[in-house]
Amino acid sequence: MTAPLVYAEGLTRTYAMRRGLFSRPVAVRAVDGVTLAIAPGETLGLVGESGSGKSTAGRMLLGLETPDRGFVRFDGRPMPPPGGAPWRALRARAQMVFQDPLGALDRRLPIATQVREPLDIHGIGDPALRGGRVRELLGAVGLSADHGRRYPFELSGGQRQRAVIARALATRPDLLVCDEPVSALDVSIQAQVVNLLIDLQAGLGLAMLFISHDLRVVRQISRRVAVMYLGRIVEEGEADDLFAAPGHPYTEALVSASPAPGGRAGRRIVLKGDPPNPAARPSGCAFHPRCPVAEIRCRVEVPVLRPAGPGRQVACHRVAESPVADLRGAA
Amino acid sequence: MAEASLPDAAAAKPARPRMPPLVFVAIAWVATMIAVAILADLVKPYVFTAMDLRNRLSPPGHPLHWLGTDELGRDVLSRLIESIRVSLLIAFGASLISAGLGTALGFLAAHFRGLIEQAVLMLADFQASMPFLVLALSVLAFFGNSLPLLIGLMGLYGWERYARIARGLAISASAQGYAAAVRQLGAGPARIYLRHILPNIASTLIVSMTLVFPEVILLESGLSFLGLGVQPPMTSLGNMVGYGREYLTRAPWIMLAPALTIVLTTLAISIIGDWLRDRLDPSLN
Repeated sequence: MTAPLVYAEGLTRTYAMRRGLFSRPVAVRAVDGVTLAIAPGETLGLVGESGSGKSTAGRMLLGLETPDRGFVRFDGRPMPPPGGAPWRALRARAQMVFQDPLGALDRRLPIATQVREPLDIHGIGDPALRGGRVRELLGAVGLSADHGRRYPFELSGGQRQRAVIARALATRPDLLVCDEPVSALDVSIQAQVVNLLIDLQAGLGLAMLFISHDLRVVRQISRRVAVMYLGRIVEEGEADDLFAAPGHPYTEALVSASPAPGGRAGRRIVLKGDPPNPAARPSGCAFHPRCPVAEIRCRVEVPVLRPAGPGRQVACHRVAESPVADLRGAA
Repeated sequence: MAEASLPDAAAAKPARPRMPPLVFVAIAWVATMIAVAILADLVKPYVFTAMDLRNRLSPPGHPLHWLGTDELGRDVLSRLIESIRVSLLIAFGASLISAGLGTALGFLAAHFRGLIEQAVLMLADFQASMPFLVLALSVLAFFGNSLPLLIGLMGLYGWERYARIARGLAISASAQGYAAAVRQLGAGPARIYLRHILPNIASTLIVSMTLVFPEVILLESGLSFLGLGVQPPMTSLGNMVGYGREYLTRAPWIMLAPALTIVLTTLAISIIGDWLRDRLDPSLN
């Protein structure tokens, strides 16, 4: 692998959550020791259920939030603290696509003005020529100049998300963090936007972190996938391998839960127990209360990510004993 | 494609709802008041201090003095026109100062948070808990009295409401949505607050202004009535009411003309504010 464009090690972010008026604030560890690397031009999918800390991890990777522990390096240099001039200058190279495109757009400005805004902010190009660049960007995401004259509420959800993508691409960034970019869209529009992102990524050589809870979408767009559970990465590997032979019991349950064309080959694993609550984190392996194959040591000992097969890392005691393929064979 | 399903932008624009007649009357009244204030020197029939001693306390309908004269034979219509000018100047000046000051402090609080926010909120609480009339009385007692001072003092009235509104809306905009998105594009605070947040919250601030504006007119009238506001020979609406009070039984028109103007103007602005609130809220359109 080439030198990573963005590298994050041991990212940890804790929020203080107050339950009631008089209770003491509870420390909620949203992200706990996450290590990620994205090479230039590579797409990493980040999967997990809501509350697993995937959005927080993405925001820290982008430098929008500072980690409590750990660090982020962008292009070999440490991420500057948010708000300062170096941080603002770096925004031209790392951009974000939001889940809710209507919320991310200023409803009082026409689309073209907003797509032009990053160019104005970073002083890119001749002011007289920026209009042409805006038309070019709108064209690249499949919007016409007429769409550029409209206001956000006059566009459909998919068109708004295209506008947000055009704005994110205006400065020709190296890294694009997509935080659930298609979750708020209709299924038919989802495919269009995902295909658009794939095309743009291939054409522009973007590195991309694609955060989603939708396995089908992640599988379609990313080469590598990381699975998060309660703030930790439990499995990471090549997308095709990982979905074909999940190593971690949680990944296995996720894969079995996602609909597949032509009927399901294996059995459907239904997880028991409460959904994960970051404020009351189980001891040992956080997944053990819901794990179908949990042992006694899972309750006490926290598993760490260990290599398991080519390009694969799994944080599970059972996998550590036997490589992924063997476990599959036994099951 | 989704694009094809959208009609033309021009056709999609909904027709503007008709303005209610009451609002039309209110806007016409306020426009007339503003026109009178601007064109005061042209419309008033006499110099407002000119005395006509042969026609003292003449009732309205007098061929030379349509709204009558006061105890010194000064033309009530001319004085009313001059008073409208002075009172509107004070009310507009004070409203603008208070809106600007309050919004700026609110944005400061929202941007820096922490100690600065606490200080601004404490000042706002202090302002809200202290009767403004007491503050105004003490300032005027110590510093004497002049029109700029009066406008500046009135500009302190109601700023805490703008500050609270601006702070709350700016914080919620920064936490999620368009302001956060623009911030992560790399925009500086000036661009975020002036170009994005201010236009988005302007409707709320404008409505708030229409609430404060009548109160400033009433406050100025109250201070002038107490003899602490505009000083003779200058005149204002409250000042006219205050001095006309002594002739309430013999010549009620001296007091009724400015009093009626105060009531109608404040009412008109409240009606406009109410209508604006509905019009500027996109969810009600």
